[in-house]
Amino acid sequence: MTRSQEPSLVHRLGILGIAAELAGDLFWEGTWYFMAEHSLILNAAAIHRALTRMAHEIAERNETAEEIALVGIQRGGLPCAQRLSAILADIWGRPVATGALDVSMHRDDLDRRVAPTVQPTIIPFDVTGKTVVLVDDVLYSGRTIRAAMDALNDFGRPRRIQLAVLVDRGHRELPITADFIGKNLPTAREENVRVRFSETGEVDEVVLERT
Amino acid sequence: MKQSWTRKHLLDIESLTPEEILTVLDTARAFKAVGERAIKKVPALRGKTVVNLFIEPSTRTRISFELSEQRLSADIINFTAEASSLKKGETLKDTARNLEALNADFIVIRHSASGAPHFLARVLNASVINAGDGAHEHPTQALLDAFTIRERKGRIQGLKVTILGDILYSRVARSDIWMFTKLGAEVTLCGPSTLVPRTFERMGCRVTHNVEEAIAEADIINLLRIQHERQRKSMFPSLNEYSSLFGLNQARLALTKPDALIMHPGPINRGVEIDSDIADCSRSVILEQVTNGLAVRMALLFLVNGGKGPQEVAA
Repeated sequence: MTRSQEPSLVHRLGILGIAAELAGDLFWEGTWYFMAEHSLILNAAAIHRALTRMAHEIAERNETAEEIALVGIQRGGLPCAQRLSAILADIWGRPVATGALDVSMHRDDLDRRVAPTVQPTIIPFDVTGKTVVLVDDVLYSGRTIRAAMDALNDFGRPRRIQLAVLVDRGHRELPITADFIGKNLPTAREENVRVRFSETGEVDEVVLERT
Repeated sequence: MKQSWTRKHLLDIESLTPEEILTVLDTARAFKAVGERAIKKVPALRGKTVVNLFIEPSTRTRISFELSEQRLSADIINFTAEASSLKKGETLKDTARNLEALNADFIVIRHSASGAPHFLARVLNASVINAGDGAHEHPTQALLDAFTIRERKGRIQGLKVTILGDILYSRVARSDIWMFTKLGAEVTLCGPSTLVPRTFERMGCRVTHNVEEAIAEADIINLLRIQHERQRKSMFPSLNEYSSLFGLNQARLALTKPDALIMHPGPINRGVEIDSDIADCSRSVILEQVTNGLAVRMALLFLVNGGKGPQEVAA
């Protein structure tokens, strides 16, 4: 990329960010307008920057693509994992093993709630001996991560497990910490963090809702 | 996506909505994948107790339920008619109450009396799952049939399903008829007029006694076992006559669509309702049905466990 193209790219991304906000507002479900209050925390460009930084941190901490596998936790973690995977593939110049993990069957609250919708688990590689980076969109109580580590164990014995999250909103109920964090976001328990990924990547956003 | 299953029991197919049925089938897909892993067990029902109350003898359904429960990490008590105090004159209600006094969370019941599971659901706090009640319903069989068809054909809506055999005494037939009509298939029933009365037309299906016509257009041919044990007196002259008039043999198979699936809930009577070589041919999905039975029963226990949730939280 030449120097003269750079400003125009930044300019384009900026416009995309604004377009993302507008598109998000315009095409949102009807319920959106009845939310008491909401604020945009990350727009599409900011999400992309955060994921790019996280990918570089993952690459810095781990040597090569062969020993790394990304596993996105269904459902919000999967698009995060796919995007991290694409960025890491650019950095390393080779594809990075990526899978999807559903933790419904390993949750600790199954008899306290309506049964969750089970999403597919697809781990198309052997996790034994690999460094598995679990990826989720929002880290909150840590209970999902506990379930994910148990679920992952049924597929083999990873050499180590690391954790990457786009947003860490605090309020941990278990001794779990993320290794790679896109955005630290102090929240109140009544608040809700919504992460939306679009197919195209143009209207991604992280929104804080106060209900 | 909103989860559409909030039931505490599974008593029949008749009362389920198409959405609830599809929720079970979708969930079962994930549980089938669990069965294909090296470690086939998940902790979803850890610490829960399931009583398999099989008052009427059963081998395959009981084994399927037992293995499903084990794969969900539940603790299991097996209770059969021969070994029980029902032989000593205890009533079903007292038997079930005693089991509940052991803090059973789920009761899977097979009983020769239609409505026995519904009765237990009224008098007990545990979740009740119907594993076959008299000639009424066998809902998990219908669910695994639908799962198998959906997996093979991609859909059920618009398919032509022919159920052939002993309809009158079959709980599988009743559950299947509810299931397939709810999901938008066209159901045809066929068999001797003594076993396939016209009254079944009121369940929304077509009744014919001409087997060639019944199977010619079918996408699914579901054969039912001739149930000697449930027939008070013979409803047809002989098994040989049944076999020659209604059995699926090579000559009849040649009339069917080349991609029609052959199903059977088992146990099969080779040479009666189906020729031996057809039971083993590539269009027969009889063994897939057995495998899928595990996935469907795991999914069901998983969903019913959640269905109990709100009441427990409120308490």
